[in-house]
Amino acid sequence: MMVDIQGLTKKYGSFTALDNLTLSLDEGVVFGFVGANGAGKSTTFSILATLLSPTSGDAFINGKSVVREPKEVRKQIGYMPDFFGVYDQLKADEYLDFYGASYGLSHAERKVLIPQLLELVNLTHKRYEYVDLLSRGMKQRLCLARSLIHDPKVLILDEPASGLDPRARVEMRDILKHLKSLGKTILISSHILPELAEMCDEIGVIDNGKLIAHGNVHEIQGQLQGDKRIIVKVVNQIDRARAYFEENPLISSIELNEERNELTFNYRGKMEEQVQLLKNALLADIPIFALTEEEKDLEDVFMAITKGADIE
Amino acid sequence: MMERFSNPVLLKELKLRFRAFKSFSGLMFYLAVLCIFVAGFLLIYTQFSGTGFFKPSDSFTMFAVLSILQMGLVMFITPGLTAGAISTEREKQTLNILLTTTQSSTQIILGKLASSVAFLILMLVAGLPLYSLVFLFGGVSPSQFIIIFLFYFLTLIAIGSIGIMFSTITKKTIVSMIATYGAMIFLGGITAFFFFIGMSMEQMAVHSGNVQNVTPFSPITYFWVSINPGALLITTLYPEMGNALESVVGISLPIWIVYLIFYIFITVICLFIAIRKLRANMKTNR
Repeated sequence: MMVDIQGLTKKYGSFTALDNLTLSLDEGVVFGFVGANGAGKSTTFSILATLLSPTSGDAFINGKSVVREPKEVRKQIGYMPDFFGVYDQLKADEYLDFYGASYGLSHAERKVLIPQLLELVNLTHKRYEYVDLLSRGMKQRLCLARSLIHDPKVLILDEPASGLDPRARVEMRDILKHLKSLGKTILISSHILPELAEMCDEIGVIDNGKLIAHGNVHEIQGQLQGDKRIIVKVVNQIDRARAYFEENPLISSIELNEERNELTFNYRGKMEEQVQLLKNALLADIPIFALTEEEKDLEDVFMAITKGADIE
Repeated sequence: MMERFSNPVLLKELKLRFRAFKSFSGLMFYLAVLCIFVAGFLLIYTQFSGTGFFKPSDSFTMFAVLSILQMGLVMFITPGLTAGAISTEREKQTLNILLTTTQSSTQIILGKLASSVAFLILMLVAGLPLYSLVFLFGGVSPSQFIIIFLFYFLTLIAIGSIGIMFSTITKKTIVSMIATYGAMIFLGGITAFFFFIGMSMEQMAVHSGNVQNVTPFSPITYFWVSINPGALLITTLYPEMGNALESVVGISLPIWIVYLIFYIFITVICLFIAIRKLRANMKTNR
């Protein structure tokens, strides 16, 4: 297990920022952390990055405790905070060189690594530019390169795409996909939920300091969205179709769209029952030509469970 | 082998400092003040005195005044260089990233202090050609000169440590600056004030007739004068002042010993606090 969080709690006076968080991630997993403002994402990441001490509980990165062996943990992680500054008077390669030296890499190692990292984040052409003159997206990519300089096993990226324009966001996503292919364990928080869904193997939803859901994207949707919303399109006889479906105890909240010959309803049944539903309807001569499940994206689900709170 | 002992924060700070225009403007201002002073001093003693020549005793006076002036400048500049060392990193949001590297708190704090001290030493060294004028006219021994510079070195390290400590424990640079200048005012001014009060009280006691024919003994007054940089500078330049002080406070121990112990103690305590508080949010501060 690469990341093992055990009963992590962080309290500030009477306020509980993190409440008994337990989570385990295998090596090579890309984990997306979702939650509203103040839900506890950054607190969790700060504890994992050894910047903050938990009130109780512990977390282990590659078997090293963040509480008892913070220096060992720092060797294992690359951390990118949500807000960060740069040293104005340093050039891009000097910036990486400084952090390389800070991680104890030799001059020879840094000399080899820096061009490779700049190439990885598409900043080779900016190698001798002052960091302060780079765009926001470039700074984000440079900071990502910095977090990789000591070849960490785990990357902790707090909102890496925040404040970026769509193009820069796509570039960042492509780099993260590449890092995923390199086998890095990545913990990432983002408000671009569809992007998380696309690149993450697992998603965790945190609300008021508690992990309320954890699993792959489909499992999360299943856990959180409750009833499925089914759309049935019929050729004609829509009233007969409605009457037929109303008799089914697993169906509720039927809505009718006569113009489109379409019925929409909530369905509580399992996948097998859904197959049987369609089969029985066809046997009952209901002229169905399409039955689809309404796609709820992760953002809809998230908005529903956080009751419309601002998404961070 | 050299890399093992190199401090990345020190190297980065030196690079940043020497790329900043304000470092050069600061150095220029410092040398300009010294130049104006030396030129003015020479002018007064040669042109306006009517003698047209410069005696070795005048040269010593110039050395003394130049040393006090330089001391004042060091005390004025050091807080400005060190009081923002950590708080500026915090304000620029670069500290968190620095703290997630494998550098220890000790390395970071010492790197910050060393870079500030290095710049101050550069200032002192840059002023040496002006000091050399003193040797041109004679009246000052090289040993006196070396003692004065060692005294500067100790003082600026201690003041630098105070600045770094305040910079670590306060969130804002402005607060840290105020606190560090406050400490400077205390060490340079308030201690002198306490000394004069203590001395006056001693004199009053003598004149009131209560303690006649009793050798004066006031350790507190002695302590205040011992930790005052100005007092140490004067007693170093004019040893007879040290003797006069001894007769007033009744303690024969040279004040440089107390000064040395006190400022080393201050340095160690301040650096210890800064190192402990740098990763204040972690229980294990490593």
